[in-house]
Amino acid sequence: MTNVVIAEESKGKLNLERGLNAFREQIDAPVAAFFSSCVHCGLCAEACLFYTETGDPRYTPINKLEPLKRIWEQEYTLWGRAKKALGFAKPVTDELLEQWEPLIYDACSLCGRCSEICPVGNDISGMIRKTREGMVASGHAPEGLVGASFRAVKTGSPMGVKLPALQAQIRHIEADTGMTIPIDVQGADYMALLSSMEIINFPEYIEALAKIFNQAELNWTLCSEAFEATNSGIQIGSSDIAQELVERVVRGAEKLGVKTVISPECGHAYTAIRWEGPNLIGRKYPFKVVHILELLDELKAAGRLKTSSKESMSVTLHDPCQVVRKGGVRAQPRELLKLVNDNLHEMPDAGKMNWCCGGGGGVSANERAEPLRLKVFKRKRDQIESADVEAVVTFCANCRMMLEEGLEHYDMDMPVYSLTEMIADHLEPSVEEPSAVNVEEEDNE
Amino acid sequence: MNNSMDFLLWVKGPAFEIALFIFVAGILIRVIEILLLGRKADLSEARSSDVRAGIRTVLNRSIPESGILKKAPFVIIVGYLWHICWFISFFLFVPHIEVINYLLGISWPGLPNQFVDTAAVIAMISLLAMLIYRFNHPVLRFISTREDYLVWLVTFLPLLSGYFAFHHTFEPYAMLLGLHILSVELFLVIFPFTKLMHVITVLMARWYNGVSLGRKEPENQEVQS
Repeated sequence: MTNVVIAEESKGKLNLERGLNAFREQIDAPVAAFFSSCVHCGLCAEACLFYTETGDPRYTPINKLEPLKRIWEQEYTLWGRAKKALGFAKPVTDELLEQWEPLIYDACSLCGRCSEICPVGNDISGMIRKTREGMVASGHAPEGLVGASFRAVKTGSPMGVKLPALQAQIRHIEADTGMTIPIDVQGADYMALLSSMEIINFPEYIEALAKIFNQAELNWTLCSEAFEATNSGIQIGSSDIAQELVERVVRGAEKLGVKTVISPECGHAYTAIRWEGPNLIGRKYPFKVVHILELLDELKAAGRLKTSSKESMSVTLHDPCQVVRKGGVRAQPRELLKLVNDNLHEMPDAGKMNWCCGGGGGVSANERAEPLRLKVFKRKRDQIESADVEAVVTFCANCRMMLEEGLEHYDMDMPVYSLTEMIADHLEPSVEEPSAVNVEEEDNE
Repeated sequence: MNNSMDFLLWVKGPAFEIALFIFVAGILIRVIEILLLGRKADLSEARSSDVRAGIRTVLNRSIPESGILKKAPFVIIVGYLWHICWFISFFLFVPHIEVINYLLGISWPGLPNQFVDTAAVIAMISLLAMLIYRFNHPVLRFISTREDYLVWLVTFLPLLSGYFAFHHTFEPYAMLLGLHILSVELFLVIFPFTKLMHVITVLMARWYNGVSLGRKEPENQEVQS
């Protein structure tokens, strides 16, 4: 089924009728309450960096919902049905969806600021996520995201990263550090997930996990059948694909019998596995899901995360939207940063109301959106500039890529660090001996 | 004079009953329409109470976030002014309270007439200001529909006609009062079928937003910066 949805050759099966049905499936009481409440005040535009940085009124968040709004009004309200019967309704057509596709995919990173700003309380970004279901089913999703989803289902990773690639990185790390990276350890307490971006671009993250967990004597493992946490299904807006990807993780975790699954830093991966996952597969998990920073904060509180040095360089903290605003992991990053750096300069609007890097919600996987993404990065550039620092620290591999690209685009020479990696770099230097724990475990198998 | 008396009796009698019926039945239909759609239970493990988050959002959303207040002070300040002055003009004017008492059997103390009169003037000025802003702001002009302008007019007319009636601006008074009541009836009739419904559904919208997003919020803390 899922392969049918995304296989390039089956495009004929993705049509308007399927799209309209997908829209209909998304209409629920909250959507109806939200549309009924909108007074066209326009404040959501001011919350959206795609509007504030371009001044293009088409990017007003509520305007991006026109297709879903029409379906709701014409089919789910008495008044709208009457208007439709009298011929006053504007139908949802392929032309409309084609026109709206760049608004829904290129100009929305699902950052969720609009949903926090709307005075009547409309969860606009939640509705954009819903609208994407109809877009993808009607064949109006951008090529870049279709490709990423196709690869995710076929190879297990949106970037086409297969197990041998991970194994190669693990071998490198093991050779460099002498540590053992546990894989497929039956009955481990924790199963760590990674994002493709980390495996390919930032393998230091895997090394960081190993160092920290060794020091904390955490009984952890990777899973060869479920190591990828990014979920292209969520980004393109296909519950079918998203469900299949979540199920892989759940199967892997259940097979190994782990108690807790650790989401990587990556924000959308966290949203996918932590918040959307159980709803996608239709059942609660038999394990817990924690974001890596939540776990590190717990380890710190338990005295199992010991750092020995601090950096004095001035840094600012970029809050990934899905982790901080929409994920509620808010105090931990700042507490953890204090372990390794005491020269934090916050950007304006830092914390819950941070501004997006511009590349979330699938925008970074959508090549067509690149010029717009770099343009709206202006907001982040200005913020970073006003913080006047030497480096940016963040905790999302995708944000990190976007920050690096954006800073380069605007000729700002500034390093971007992962918080987890920073902590790993400053651990107390007695990490050799605990690694024996993992070796022992593997021997026991 | 007789004609205007007949007119007043008609708007106060049958016309008012019809308008009130459409108003009440329309709202009930709209609310039931929304509730019947239902929503799926969220199976993810909540970090904090979603009920508390729902209540919190219903209340908190009346307070603008500081960043947006800086970016769009006009909409927020005039919006506040408008809603408060409209509320005073409608709910705290003694003759209105008497009508409500007659209809529902409940009443509360009103404000002195001069005070309400000033509030009505401020309400009208803020409505006019918002209309001008809507015409001129690129976003508002772009997203505005015919419904927005219709609702503006139908909301403005009761204030204007009420102001005229209170000051006896024209004669005969019966005609003036009749027109005021008629404009209110127009308001009541279109209410359930337009964005005026936000008066009711804002509570539902904030609630749903609160329970779905608020369950992810950390317990007992709101770290803003």
